[in-house]
Amino acid sequence: MRIPIDTFRLPNGLFVTLSEDHTAPIVAVNLWYHVGSANERPGRTGFAHLFEHMLFQGSADVGSNEHFELIQRAGGTLNGSTWLERTNYFETVPSNQLELVLWLEANRMGKLLPAMTQQKLDTQRDVVKNERRWSMDNQPYGTWWERLPMLCFPPEHPFHHSLIGSMEDLDAASLEDVRLFFQTFYTPENAVLTVTGDFDPEQARRWVERYFAPIANGNGRPALPDAAMPRIFGAWKREVVPDNVMLPRLFLSFLSPVFGSEPFYPASVCAAILGMKKGSRLYKSLVRERQVAAEAQAFTYDLTRGSDLLVIDVTGRPGISGEQLEQEVAREVDVLFASGVTEDEVARAVTLIQTEYTRALQSAGERADRLSMFATYFSDPALINSQVRRYRSVTADAVNAFISDRLGESNRASLLYVPRTGTMRAHRSGEFSGARL
Amino acid sequence: MKKKGSPRAAKSGRPSPLPPRPYQFPRFERRRLKNGMQVVVAPVRKLPIATVIALVEAGAVCGYKGREGVARLTAELLLEGTTNNDGVELVERFERLGTSVDASADWDGTVVRLTALHEQLSPAIKLLSEVLRSPAFPQREVERLKAERLADLLKLRTEPRGLADEMFTGILYEPTSRYAMPEGGSEESVRAITREDVTGFYNWRYQPGGVTLIIAGDITPDEAERLALETFGDWSGPAAAQCRTSDEPARHTRALHLVSKPDAKQSELRIGNVGFPRNHPDYYAAVVMNAVLGGLFSSRVNLNLRERHGYTYGAFSHFDWRRLAGPFVVSTAVQSEVTAPAARQAIHEIDRIREDQITGDELSLATSYLGGVFPIRYETTDAIAGALATLVEYALPDDFYDTYREHMRAVTSDDVLRVAQTHLRPSEMQMLAVGDASAIQKPLETLGFGPITVYDTEGNVV
Repeated sequence: MRIPIDTFRLPNGLFVTLSEDHTAPIVAVNLWYHVGSANERPGRTGFAHLFEHMLFQGSADVGSNEHFELIQRAGGTLNGSTWLERTNYFETVPSNQLELVLWLEANRMGKLLPAMTQQKLDTQRDVVKNERRWSMDNQPYGTWWERLPMLCFPPEHPFHHSLIGSMEDLDAASLEDVRLFFQTFYTPENAVLTVTGDFDPEQARRWVERYFAPIANGNGRPALPDAAMPRIFGAWKREVVPDNVMLPRLFLSFLSPVFGSEPFYPASVCAAILGMKKGSRLYKSLVRERQVAAEAQAFTYDLTRGSDLLVIDVTGRPGISGEQLEQEVAREVDVLFASGVTEDEVARAVTLIQTEYTRALQSAGERADRLSMFATYFSDPALINSQVRRYRSVTADAVNAFISDRLGESNRASLLYVPRTGTMRAHRSGEFSGARL
Repeated sequence: MKKKGSPRAAKSGRPSPLPPRPYQFPRFERRRLKNGMQVVVAPVRKLPIATVIALVEAGAVCGYKGREGVARLTAELLLEGTTNNDGVELVERFERLGTSVDASADWDGTVVRLTALHEQLSPAIKLLSEVLRSPAFPQREVERLKAERLADLLKLRTEPRGLADEMFTGILYEPTSRYAMPEGGSEESVRAITREDVTGFYNWRYQPGGVTLIIAGDITPDEAERLALETFGDWSGPAAAQCRTSDEPARHTRALHLVSKPDAKQSELRIGNVGFPRNHPDYYAAVVMNAVLGGLFSSRVNLNLRERHGYTYGAFSHFDWRRLAGPFVVSTAVQSEVTAPAARQAIHEIDRIREDQITGDELSLATSYLGGVFPIRYETTDAIAGALATLVEYALPDDFYDTYREHMRAVTSDDVLRVAQTHLRPSEMQMLAVGDASAIQKPLETLGFGPITVYDTEGNVV
């Protein structure tokens, strides 16, 4: 299996990847802007994400919310998302609608500001505040993805602060911030455009040139914030969060090699051995055999600069205290640290990762998103074709070297949610003896 | 391909579409083994991968009174050990093949599903047949999975979204209906289930005549039939008849249900009534009506509550399709202080779509969206196999996916108005809010929606 790739760059700096596949009359368009919450200035946490909402509020030739309507009327799906290091926008449409999508994306890349109004900003601020309440504040454990980077990265580090933002900072965001952010980060040379699926490459290229080439170059590619991190934490960091939850849940993190680097692959395989599916170590031991956990998984954050995080996420079962849960998980990590993994475990993990990868690449939108990712982070979309090979070349020795280097006690950070006093008692939970997420 | 001009292009140089390229849902073949088992195969040769689904006539509506949840428990227990392999060995054997199996029971059937690379397909199906034909149901795993379900129910009390969904369905149906109870069973019914209940349910429902093996992906129908014959051919047993339950509503008058959750920072709102069965002539018009009302981002409910008022991150409506009449629900999560005005706006939109015809623009947006996304929905072998399972589960005609877009295009504004008036019934709608009662009870009462009942998060009236 090989994904075909053709790339070019417009004079204004926009990097373009085309990847044909004519098995269905579908085309996916995907844009990554190399800006995320890591680029926010102090006092404006959450702005990158609020800004993503503003990109759906129209541009010079597109009305408010019309972007959504035009794509859906064309028979397509669309969305956007914001992450620490990037913001993406994507559409999948019937292949005869490609030109419309390119026009829409170019219109907002080139001419967003004339459409921005105070009223639109105020409404989206309210929507985002409700998104915060919905996804974090009103969800059990919902604040974990705000608290975990705060615990793992020091206060001045660009990954430290909240991606969704504080209510105060959201309140402070102004139209002037919108203008500055747009002019600094939403420039052709700070973006990559990917088109996958059923299209005529010459025609697609002509359309890309027609709509994107007139967009003015920015003031050079903005510098990425300094993200340097030590190799290990230096000591076991701990935070305990009493919350309105029934069961304790532990996020145990380790600083780990950055995404895409040579040592990343053994780290990723280690995460799969620990916590990918029911044959993983944590599931077999903590959920099935010892029955102290309700659910167990492990994953990497996939950060490309400074340091990545490998995260173990385990929810306790009723009757297990937060302290016990942390001890049980730590014991599993200690066993791994002392004895390492076998070739057999590596083989299981790599085979599963390979199936998952093939499965994901069936979708034009997924292919486009990954091509954009490799283009943004490494200026090389063709990396999509070498991932399986890189995983297959991981050995038990390489995983064990990672383990010795990174899974020791001096490189652990525990974020532990525990039921607020009274929550458990009120629901007679002690009599239950099992749980699952 | 040559670009054609069109009037739409006039507006600010907006491109108009090229002529659409043809699309066909993958061809599939049905075969039947001598033991009554059905095999449905859709060859899709895009990538060397295939999805296999065993659809079993063992939904949650089947079962015994007081033992609700046995269908789900039985499905999950299939993977916890067979007469040849214990649970750990079974998982490891699947995962070494680069695959993992999911087993779950919905209202009308049990689905056991895996996706594997072509080279592993044959051993994966062999292992799947072992799971379906000789599960061991070890006592220890029965107890463990029961405890997991009980913990799920416990956790649900702090999870407002899931709690609202589950309690809303509960209050909608008359108490004798299976639908009035959670799909996975209640605390009481799950506690009561024994290993004998599970084996009894298995022997009753898991029969070759009630199983359809669906394979979509890199495989030919002959290859699939041969694999099915090798792995399931010598399985025998009587066919199991479909199960029934009542789909009658609990009330024919409006009522307001408030679930008090003092720490809530938002209110989860649900408004709706009992809908209608999936295999019904009104299906297409109802899907279009729902798209306009609350199915799309650009729907009336979402544009009103999110984009006009900023009350919420999102507001939606949907029909929960089942063999019998599932719920129709408008759902959203809003700031506590605007709970009552948000509910008023949602009701206003329900009333409005029953009063006047939708505009031509709304109709064309919905139908062109539904027709256009159709091929996008079926890009993966997972999705194609799932679509075939739906076809079998609801006994839809074989040309359902081939004629879907035609049927959608044929829906008129009159049809939409008629189904809105027939299937949305404001006079018997129920409203449920999970939220901070001290902040939202009084404002909700001023809506005059109907008599109010207040519950705690365990569902007890307080």
